[in-house]
Order: sequence, then structure tokens, then C-alpha cells
Amino acid sequence: MQIKTMAEYFANGETPEVLFWVGCAGSFDQRAQKITRAFAEILTKTGTQFAVLGKEEACTGDPARRAGNEFLFQMMAYNNIQVLNNYGVKKIVTACPHCFNTIKNEYPELGGSYEVIHHTTFLQQLIDEGRIKIKEGGSFKGKKITYHDSCYLGRANGIYEAPRAVLETLDADLVEMKRCKSKGLCCGAGGAQMFKEEEKGTTRINFERGHEAVATGASVIAANCPFCMTMLTDGVKEAGKEDSVKVLDIAEIIAAEMKE
Amino acid sequence: MQIVSQLLFLVALVAAVYFFSRRVAGIRRNILRGRDIDLSDQPALRWKNLVLLAFGQKKMFRNPLVAVLHFFVYAGFIIINLEILEIIIDGVAGTHRIFAPVLGPLYGILIGCFEILAVLVAVSCAIFLVRRNILKLRRFLSKDLDGWPRSDANYILITEIVLMALFLTMNTADGILQSRGVPHYVPVQPFWVTQHFAGIFNGLSDSTLITIERTAWWLHILGVLAFLDYLPYSKHLHIVLAFPNAYYTRLKPKGRMDNMPEIQQEVLYAMQPELAANAAPGDTPPKFGAKDVHDLTWKNLLDAFACTECGRCSAACPATQTGKALSPRLIMMKTRDRAEEIGRQNGEAGDKTLLRGYITEEELRACTSCNACVEECPVSINPLDIILQMRRHLIMEESSAPQEWNMMFSNIENNMAPWKFSPDDRDAWINS
Repeated sequence: MQIKTMAEYFANGETPEVLFWVGCAGSFDQRAQKITRAFAEILTKTGTQFAVLGKEEACTGDPARRAGNEFLFQMMAYNNIQVLNNYGVKKIVTACPHCFNTIKNEYPELGGSYEVIHHTTFLQQLIDEGRIKIKEGGSFKGKKITYHDSCYLGRANGIYEAPRAVLETLDADLVEMKRCKSKGLCCGAGGAQMFKEEEKGTTRINFERGHEAVATGASVIAANCPFCMTMLTDGVKEAGKEDSVKVLDIAEIIAAEMKE
Repeated sequence: MQIVSQLLFLVALVAAVYFFSRRVAGIRRNILRGRDIDLSDQPALRWKNLVLLAFGQKKMFRNPLVAVLHFFVYAGFIIINLEILEIIIDGVAGTHRIFAPVLGPLYGILIGCFEILAVLVAVSCAIFLVRRNILKLRRFLSKDLDGWPRSDANYILITEIVLMALFLTMNTADGILQSRGVPHYVPVQPFWVTQHFAGIFNGLSDSTLITIERTAWWLHILGVLAFLDYLPYSKHLHIVLAFPNAYYTRLKPKGRMDNMPEIQQEVLYAMQPELAANAAPGDTPPKFGAKDVHDLTWKNLLDAFACTECGRCSAACPATQTGKALSPRLIMMKTRDRAEEIGRQNGEAGDKTLLRGYITEEELRACTSCNACVEECPVSINPLDIILQMRRHLIMEESSAPQEWNMMFSNIENNMAPWKFSPDDRDAWINS
């Protein structure tokens, strides 16, 4: 894949339409890398001029801040904002709702103001503009899909409809879990939980959510967050359904279903 | 005789208002022990929230059936207070139904409405008692409520039913006395509800009926005054504090954590030392995060006193639902209990602190910051804000973190990612 960095654009005196903020999970986690590649493929195919920061990108500081380490968060934010402002970045798209939330809501008062879009909203815009066309009779047609609201896209930022609107273009049978939208159950990874063992309890949060998702009878669980992806995949495995139920990011689904 | 009863009434009224005000002043002091925070921005939006969330009970309607029942009790409470006004004037002035001649036919309509509301309140409260004590609703069975909180809820519901029954008894007897033309009982139109109960008192003499009417009248108003004094000691205080709490609710996106400008500044000086040279030296070394209630904001403490322990937060909390020690409702109850304790000690903190004295590290660690508790609260309480401030204390003042978090911190610091990968491989996904 040919992907240009911000530095390359800058060297040629050009500005891309949008910066794709990949995030740490999207960069390093093997499962999330597939999502990153799927989204980059969509951007490329739709002719969207985009750049990545490449090696200049760093953690937004979200898990550090939520764990309570404000110093580390402020350091990461300072450096990231320096990089972004130096390149004169105006518009950012990201496939991680944690990065989305931090850059959109927490960077402005630290001096970093950008238009920040989550990739599901971006996909909806591309579909609305006719830049993405979905195949007729695609492989999701009539299939049961359930969508898991991530906390940082849903409750934290009130985005419930864009991801659903994207999934509706598949002509699939979209089924809701009982705990959905503003009542959605967390996957268990937020607030820096991703990086430590859960506290003692009767079950794990991702098992609880995995069971709920499997109980809808859906063969695909659509996610919008790399952490949810990890948690739900384990949850489905625990429910013994890893062969029949797939957890996929919305970008992966669209990448597979869009016309060339 | 009449003057004695007027005096007794006045004494009861003044005493009740005095004790209520004294307690309210105490609660105000407890709340203002929190650190200051400026929430005076966007008044138009804040008034809108007050109207929608507190008056309109918007969040309650997430469960329409319960919301309607709750609305009856709430409307009953507010509207029947108009009748209390008449009772108080009558009590002090020694009159009887002083508004009847003033309002004319409207009076009968008003009392009719009050009676219908009184019945609705009593029925709703009875249903609530069943929900709390007989139906196995998890948020009411929860051990969060063991002891006083569970009794408190039942006392309130039972008191409301008794007060409504007394009000209706008083009107029933009054209606019969009016129809018999007993002096002092000025006839108004038949009361909408209680005229149908007249049969209960059939065959009783005028004097017995007067005794019943007076007894019910006195018990009702004394009960109302006693309830007024009980209110600020109970979870029921939400009927007052829901209003300021809705007004002062957070207007920022739920995902945005409050900034810590003192740390922002410090990082800035570390990165650009030339700026530090001109900086004014701070007078006191800053404290990071919250260890006790006075480290929290007054809004956090207002939240704690506004909490009615309904448990919608905990019912939605992923940690509570999977059996973790954390329950957002308990975070609020413990914060209030600690604020009360400091209040009883005349503002002295003593040996205990909110952290560990009431709230454990295990509870704080179990939070996923998912905002479900914040979303659910009908009176705009934010348990997450307290949890996150206490986490900041744990990490920045005590360096108390699970080993895995310390590794995550050092990875972010050294490798720019929470995992131990080389920053050089950040773009490796492009070609793999």
C-alpha cells in the first residue's frame, strides 16, 4: 500500500484533505492493524487525499489520564499538539474512539483545535457523497448483524446513528442488543482497564457483553473501536461461538462490500 | 380554647421551620466545604436543563411506567402544598377554609383536584412499596441499601400514604359536617372524591365527626411539619436539591475530563524552560486529585446530597453488573456520609479520609469510565467525576497503581504507546 506521511506532503508544499490518526492499537495490535489497513484502503479507493503521521504519531495520553496520571497525559498532549500544529493540521479522522474523544474534546483547551471525525462518521459522509458504493447482493445481505456502541463514541460523544446508517446500506438484518445506544454496556476496556487485570467479580465485563451479543443470534458483531474488538472477540470465544460469530470493525465490513 | 390551639399551632410551625432551617444551613456548610468551581456560564442552557431535567423529569421517562407514577407523587407534592398554605393560615388565624369564600366556585375545583392527586399519590406510593419490598428488583435488593437506607425509603413512602389518608379523612368528615349545616363548616361544593366516602361515617354524631375532622386536620399538619424536619436527614432531600443540581449540571461532552491547569503549566515549563523564568512562583505546593471531600468540588458534594439512592447508576454500571466491589450509588452515599461526618466534627477531618475510610482502591480501580452512571442519573449526578479525581490522587500523590498500569505508563513514556513496541515500528502496518 502506498501511504504518504504528513512529512512527505509537507516537503512537497502540499496539504492533504485529512490526516488519518492511526492510534497505538491501530499501529501495533495485529488484529487492529487489519482495521487500519481496511480503512486506509477505503480512503485510497475513494480518492481521499490523506496522510498519516507515521513515526511522528504518539499515544494521545488517554489511558494515562484516565488511570490518573495527568503529568504523562499532559506531556503526550503537548508533544502531539506541537506536531499537529507544526504541520498546520485542520482535519483529523481516526478509527479509535478514545483518540477521537481525546483530540476532539481535550486537546482544544491545551492549544490543539482541529476538526476531528470518527471513521464511522467519515464513512457515512463518503457514502452520502456517493464516493462509496456498496455492491449489489453483497455477502452481508439478509445476514443478522448486531452493533456494539463503544462508550467513547456513544455516551461520551452522542454518536449513535452514523455507524448504524453505514450498516444499513448493507441491506443486512440489523438487530439490537437490549443494552444499546445510550444504555449500551461497556466492553470493559475503557478507563485504562485495557491495560490491567479486571478486579474480582462474578464474571468479566466482556464475557457479559459477549454473551449478550451472541444471544441476538447475529453472525456478525460490528464494532467501532480496537479495544472493543479485543474484548468482544474474547467474549465471543468464551461463549464458544468463535467459529460462527465474527467480530468485525465497520471499516472492514465496508472495505469488503464496496464496489471497486 | 381557640386561642390555645392557635398558639400551639404557631409553636409547632415555628419549631418545625427552625429545625429545618438549622439543618439546611448545616448541609449548606457541608456542601461548601468542597473546593470552588465556577459553574455560572451559559445561564440560558442551565435554565433549560432545570426545566427539562428537574421540572420535566426528562430522564425518568427512560422508564415510562415508573415515570408516570413518580410524576403523580411529585405533582401531588407540589400542588397539594397550595392546600398546606391554607391549612397554615387557618391554623394561625383560627379560621376554617379561609380560601373558600375568596375563591368561590374555584375552591371546590381546586380541592377536587387535590383529592384526586392525593389518591394518585397514595396509590403510587403503595405500588412503590410493592416494587421495593415484594418484587425482586435488583437495584432495591442490593446490599448498597442494607440498614438505614432501606428503612428510610420505606418510612418516606408510608408517611406519604398516611398523610394522604389523613387529608382525605379530614375532607370526608368536613363534607358531611357541611351538608348537615354545622356552624363553622361553611358549605362548599361537594368534594369530588371524598363525597363518595361519606357512607363510612354514616350515623356518627356531629360532635364525633368534628373530633374526627379536627384530629385528622391536626395529625395531617403535624405530620407534614415532622416530614419537613425529617426531609433533610433522608434521601428524600432530592425533591429540593434536584433543582440546583440540574441547573449546575455539566455542560461539556461526557467524554471530556477536567483539565488540570497547574500540571499543564508545569509540563509547559519543562518543555519550554524559557517561559518558566518569568513565571510567578506558586504560594502553596499544589495538591493533585481528591483524597477527602474537601478536595472534591462543591458540585460533587451537592451531587452527594441530591442523591436519592435509586440505584439506576449501579444497575447500568458494567462493574456493578459483573459483581465488582464498585457501585456508583455507593460512591455517592459514601461521599455524603463522609461530608456529614466532617460536619458533625465541626469541620474537623479527624483521622479518617474519604479514600480508604469509606471508598476503597478496589472500587476506584474497577471503573471503566463508560459514563453509564452519568447517563442514567435522573438528577444529573456525576459519580465518575469523583472516581477520576480520586484516581488522580492515588497515582500522583501516592504513586499507588497496579503493576500493569506502571508498565503502561513507562511504555507510553518511553515507546509512545501503552505497549512495549518500538516507536520505529509504528508505521510497520503499511507494509506488512
